Amino acid sequence: MTWELFVQNLFNALTVGSLYALIAIGYTMVYGILRFINFAHGDVFMVGAYFIFFGVTAAHLPWPVAALVAIGGASGLGILVDRIAYRPLREAPRISALISAIGISFLLENLGLVVFTGLPRPAVQPQWMVDPITLGSIRILPLSFIVPVVTAILVLALLWIVYKTRPGLAMRSISKDIETTRLMGVSVDRIIALTFGLGSALAAAAGIMWAMRYPQIHPFMGVIPGFKAFIAAVVGGIGSIQGAVLGGLLLGTVEIMVVAFYPTLSGYRDAFAFVLLIVILLFKPTGLMGEKLEDKI
Amino acid sequence: MSAQAVKNTPMVQNHSLRNGLSTIVAIGLLFGGLWLAEQHFDGYQTQLLNLVAINAILAVSLNFIYGFSGMFSLGHAGFMAIGAYVSALCILTPGQKEMLWLLEPIWGPLAELSTPFFFSVLMGGLAAAFCSFFIALPVMRLGGDYLGIATLGFAEIIRVLFTNIAPLTNGAIGLRGIPAYANAWWNYTWLIITLFIILSILKSNFGNVLKSIRDDEIAARTMGINTTAYRTMAFCVGGFFAGVGGALMGSLVTTIEPKMFNFQLTFNILLIVVAGGLGSVTGSMVGAAVITLMLEWLRIVEAPMNFGFVIIPGIPGMRMVIFSMLLVLIIIFRRQGLMGTREFSWNAFYNSIGFKDRESFERSES
Amino acid sequence: MLELKDMHVRYGGIHAVQGVNIKVNRGDIVTLIGANGAGKSSTVRAIAGLVKGVTGQIMYTGNDGRTVNLTGSQPENVVRRGIALSPEGRRILPHLTVSENLDLGAYSRSDKPEIEKDKEWVYSLFPRLKERHWQKGGTLSGGEQQMLAVGRALMSRPDLLMLDEPSLGLAPILVQEIFEIIKRLNQEDKKTILLIEQNAYAALSIAHQAYILEVGSIVLEGPGKELMHDPKVKEAYLGG
Repeated sequence: MTWELFVQNLFNALTVGSLYALIAIGYTMVYGILRFINFAHGDVFMVGAYFIFFGVTAAHLPWPVAALVAIGGASGLGILVDRIAYRPLREAPRISALISAIGISFLLENLGLVVFTGLPRPAVQPQWMVDPITLGSIRILPLSFIVPVVTAILVLALLWIVYKTRPGLAMRSISKDIETTRLMGVSVDRIIALTFGLGSALAAAAGIMWAMRYPQIHPFMGVIPGFKAFIAAVVGGIGSIQGAVLGGLLLGTVEIMVVAFYPTLSGYRDAFAFVLLIVILLFKPTGLMGEKLEDKI
Repeated sequence: MSAQAVKNTPMVQNHSLRNGLSTIVAIGLLFGGLWLAEQHFDGYQTQLLNLVAINAILAVSLNFIYGFSGMFSLGHAGFMAIGAYVSALCILTPGQKEMLWLLEPIWGPLAELSTPFFFSVLMGGLAAAFCSFFIALPVMRLGGDYLGIATLGFAEIIRVLFTNIAPLTNGAIGLRGIPAYANAWWNYTWLIITLFIILSILKSNFGNVLKSIRDDEIAARTMGINTTAYRTMAFCVGGFFAGVGGALMGSLVTTIEPKMFNFQLTFNILLIVVAGGLGSVTGSMVGAAVITLMLEWLRIVEAPMNFGFVIIPGIPGMRMVIFSMLLVLIIIFRRQGLMGTREFSWNAFYNSIGFKDRESFERSES
Repeated sequence: MLELKDMHVRYGGIHAVQGVNIKVNRGDIVTLIGANGAGKSSTVRAIAGLVKGVTGQIMYTGNDGRTVNLTGSQPENVVRRGIALSPEGRRILPHLTVSENLDLGAYSRSDKPEIEKDKEWVYSLFPRLKERHWQKGGTLSGGEQQMLAVGRALMSRPDLLMLDEPSLGLAPILVQEIFEIIKRLNQEDKKTILLIEQNAYAALSIAHQAYILEVGSIVLEGPGKELMHDPKVKEAYLGG
């Protein structure tokens, strides 16, 4: 393990970890409010990547505009999915909503298959993102700086919304006591929609940056990152935004660094997340930063 | 009891002889039907017939874990994989094994292993049950959604392991040429075994305890029931039959690879269980038949359709689009599926065709 | 101001409130008294829009003079019309600060400067809340939480303030404090108050009008002072 390799891997870990973190936030916010795992969240990530691909190649939009359109579109999709597939089941047993989410997830993936075909699309990577910068003997992609920085900005913006604005206050209130929150005059359905919108926007941003880093876009690209991001959210403490970030970074680091030091384990890379999950569920089910989410007895 | 009370106690008529004979006759009819099918069905139809039986076994096992015991397990594909691989390792001949294991030579003791089909399937089931036990140990205390994710995680771990431990499984290449012992006779026999065991458990005290745990775990625990032990046992029983289903499937399709035991497989079984009715064994069987046939029939949508004057190109993936929409619609509008929690029973059957027993006769008279 | 006409509340098979007729005049303190399970909480929860199985009429006349039937309304809309509820058990948000809990109470309003003024006013009513304004709600004592719940309800500047069992679990001296404040709110700030209480004596002493609820029906009504001397009431609710 040379010094150069180590640093390069570290940046890799930071990049992948940031992307997991962004997706994980969406899972944790929805679970915190509704106690519900949004299985379809990983597919919003996929949709974001496709939107930017088509935005740039088919609609010929300049990259930043396409990115905004992609984020907006995916955000709208997240809100729509809640409206038609989850909202009708608010009063139903929780498992029903879970099954609905699984159904929607498959629907989105196969709809993608039908509409976009399974042919992996090459994302357009702006040249300046992928021309390696050389620092001494270390070569790093500009993308490896951009992703963590953009992630940090997005996370800070989200935290500002959650802790410093009224809708954010409402979100935090709903996560503990929906009924009392309604008593305060909060339109709970609207705040829930906002939560889905914010989470989906972040997932789309992650999808865009992922496509820049791994430029093969296909309809099932959200499946594994989605699972891993959810695991990251659980590891960090489900319901906690900071936990999601911590979990994402931790998972990304474990994945990249373990394989960096033990290349023979690379075939098992996808299993690390699940092993981490089992370990956390065994020893600290509330997650690293989590508090117990009480179920009323 | 006073004489008056004894006189007024309604007599519940015991039809066990009639019902038992009916069951035997029904099984006889089933096998008669299978014999006819053997004579007249083509390969495609036979394949469908077999798939229905296997899916029924898988659906009943998942329903047992989820619908009756209340454990939302998403790891079914993993247990199927274990059953399929263990059974395949038992029925492949040593000669075949030498040829198949390309990446690395097969692990010593397995090379010479070869057992009869029934025993191999049994081993597949037992292996799956064994793994269920170990997986249950850490995850059984988890609630609803977490259990789902944890079991899904284990299924994924199993898949990754199978892809990588080449001496045991031949890695990602998988196994081809598995002897096709799983014909309709075996599949339906195993289905009957499955039904017999599961229905017996459900009717027994064990089954009642399971249902009470499903309905209110906290109440059950306050009554002193060791809910963890019961759920673990139920999980293992379900795992056993998932393994059996996987073993039969492996022998039916003759080719298995780790990739095919993915979440979509679990999803299909989940769809069958939900559509048929969570908590209804009859529902799972009806659902298996309906969904399996629909899944095949909808393949039409995916292949090009030649109308002579125009060819409509096939749309790959459309099948699953329709199926996912179906699942979402069912769960929103008719959560109880086809049968809800109703079961077929001989008593209900005979009552409905006119052989009313005393109580329903009296009820309809008053 | 508020009139319940033949209101029924059903939870599945349970008929919790059976045809009650209650009138709350503007500027009054009206109290609903009864034992546990009599249906008092169900009544106010029905007014607040938190319950589903409600039939009958909830006729509310707001400041603008218009009368609407609130039956079937969503809780969000009931608050916007000027009715605030301090629920049974306080139900303050434990992980939010005192200040944030109060902010939440004003959620339906958008006039920031006025909200700030109201907040200062609430702090003046409950100085202990001001001392602890940065503390998380869960760290407050029972009495402080009750003050916070009332203050939070006041933050929406309601015309009608509904208080569900404000004395529950509080030491007698705190009960006295709370009731002093309720009286003040009514006499000085002209708030109309609908008070649900098990503490019959305290409630009857300050109420202009009282209703006694038993197993979902009203069995007696009249001015508070009168009912306080009624022998049946004395025996059942005031310790003989």
